[in-house]
Amino acid sequence: MTDLVNETLLKDLTTLAQLPFEPEQVSSTLSAINEVLELVTQLENAETAEIAPLAHPLERQQVLREDAVTENIDRSQLSRNAPSFEDGLYFVPKVIE
Amino acid sequence: MTRPFSSLSQLQSQLKDRSISATELTQLYLDRIEQLNPILNCYITVDEEHALERARAADQQLARGSGGPLTGLPISQKDIFCIKDTTTTAGSKMLANFRPPYSATCSTKLEQAGAITLGKTNMDEFAMGSSNETSFFGPVKNPWDLLRIPGGSSGGSAAAVAAGLCAASTGTDTGGSIRQPAAMCGLTGLKPTYGRISRWGMIAFASSLDQAGPMTRTAQDAALLLEHMAGYDPRDATSLDEPIPKYSQELSQPLSGLKIGVCRQFFSEGLDNAVETVIREAFKIFEQLGATLVDIELPNTPLSVSAYYVIAPAECSANLSRYDGVRFGHRCSDPKDLQDLYQRSRGEGFGNEVKKRILVGTFALSAGYYDAFYRRAQQVRRLIKNDFVEAFDHVDLIIGPTAPTPAFKIGEKVDNPVDMYLQDIFTISANLAGLPAMSIPAGQVEGLPVGLQLIGNYLQEGTLLRAGHQFQQATDWHQLTPDIEL
Repeated sequence: MTDLVNETLLKDLTTLAQLPFEPEQVSSTLSAINEVLELVTQLENAETAEIAPLAHPLERQQVLREDAVTENIDRSQLSRNAPSFEDGLYFVPKVIE
Repeated sequence: MTRPFSSLSQLQSQLKDRSISATELTQLYLDRIEQLNPILNCYITVDEEHALERARAADQQLARGSGGPLTGLPISQKDIFCIKDTTTTAGSKMLANFRPPYSATCSTKLEQAGAITLGKTNMDEFAMGSSNETSFFGPVKNPWDLLRIPGGSSGGSAAAVAAGLCAASTGTDTGGSIRQPAAMCGLTGLKPTYGRISRWGMIAFASSLDQAGPMTRTAQDAALLLEHMAGYDPRDATSLDEPIPKYSQELSQPLSGLKIGVCRQFFSEGLDNAVETVIREAFKIFEQLGATLVDIELPNTPLSVSAYYVIAPAECSANLSRYDGVRFGHRCSDPKDLQDLYQRSRGEGFGNEVKKRILVGTFALSAGYYDAFYRRAQQVRRLIKNDFVEAFDHVDLIIGPTAPTPAFKIGEKVDNPVDMYLQDIFTISANLAGLPAMSIPAGQVEGLPVGLQLIGNYLQEGTLLRAGHQFQQATDWHQLTPDIEL
């Protein structure tokens, strides 16, 4: 079958997913993705015209709760995992010149 | 049964009658980990100090006659469960140095019941795999044959229990990741009903499919752990607010009158002949135990793998977008701008299988493809669920093989991803439908364990555990241990 994803579409997907690929990986990535998509095209065999999509397996309603602070985690326990953190701020490269 | 291979219930009584202390037992497993983990690679992190501290506290409680139902029992936990201050990697370079500021609800519940966590077990990266070969920390060896995979993604947990490097473990199951490694390592592995166990603090792969569960030597042990892992958690909006039965107390009820469905679609092309023979022999045991076997049809089940490989990647592409190299996780060196920081951090932090699934998911959710892929997969998901709902009008359980083959060789399927994905062909449908399912050891093929899968109706984990326990009273496959000794 024709490959669903070509090089142009792969470039769009890698941009959307923020996942770069080296030029030498493009061919193997394309074939890996298209192999999975070929597997999933079997879904076309199902008769789904009158069938509502199922998102939650038990079809329960989402539970809502008060938008209230119920607990606090010490900030230092969160910031210790940050690659770059100073004076209470997460550091990233300059965004605006 | 030698002590490292004892069941939780056996160890419970040994701890209670003081024939062994919790400290001695913990040290026994720590010694085995030290000697055998370099061969098996089933632990990523071992927390000896914390484990021994907990064991000493357990001994004091046991001496006083106090303590919880699991006091002094040494277990391991899949490295997907956040444990406060303990490195939690999800098998990924992305989280190689991540120390969570909180613990997963189900891990906390196990510790509150008295269990001692020895360490965190190896797994496929972000639980994406069926062989444990996608782990950043290297593959795990199957204790039954060191050249073979232990199954995945909870392969480290399975190998650790099978080799006697802990008394039991925890796993997660998105498409078969508890049941398939349990089958390949000769264990009992239970994936409960979706929502039975809180997902809070469990690193997300595909949120509408992920479910935690116990990996143990016996169904009785699985019942014991499930009682203390399950329950409503206000922190997880999808956790079920339903009563938790005393599973352990229901195990002894006989199976007479139980109707068990045998699904033709589970004996499809690709099922190894020797595995099929083992499974059909196991059916006879259930009949001897008083159950009635009836043929059933699940006509849409063959579409499970296809639906899964749209839904799971779609959900994973959304869940894994949080790894951006800013607040936690891997960051590339010297990013030239923010875009470069995101892209190289993700490019370096994720392995190839994870990247592929993110891209497939991004495709399935993108404009122009959403209806044909994601929406259609969710429609097929309903068809698959409807088949089960209809079947459970007529039967109490459905049984069949857990996996199409016994454990395969390390590297054998690395270049054939679709063949790898088909490892989960019999397990995925229970995740899509949200049903409880369990694998128990049912025989061997050329010295390798074979698992039998039981699928139950919603919230009927008790029926699964009872059937598994009764089967294990009539057979001794669950008592066999691999020939791996110090």
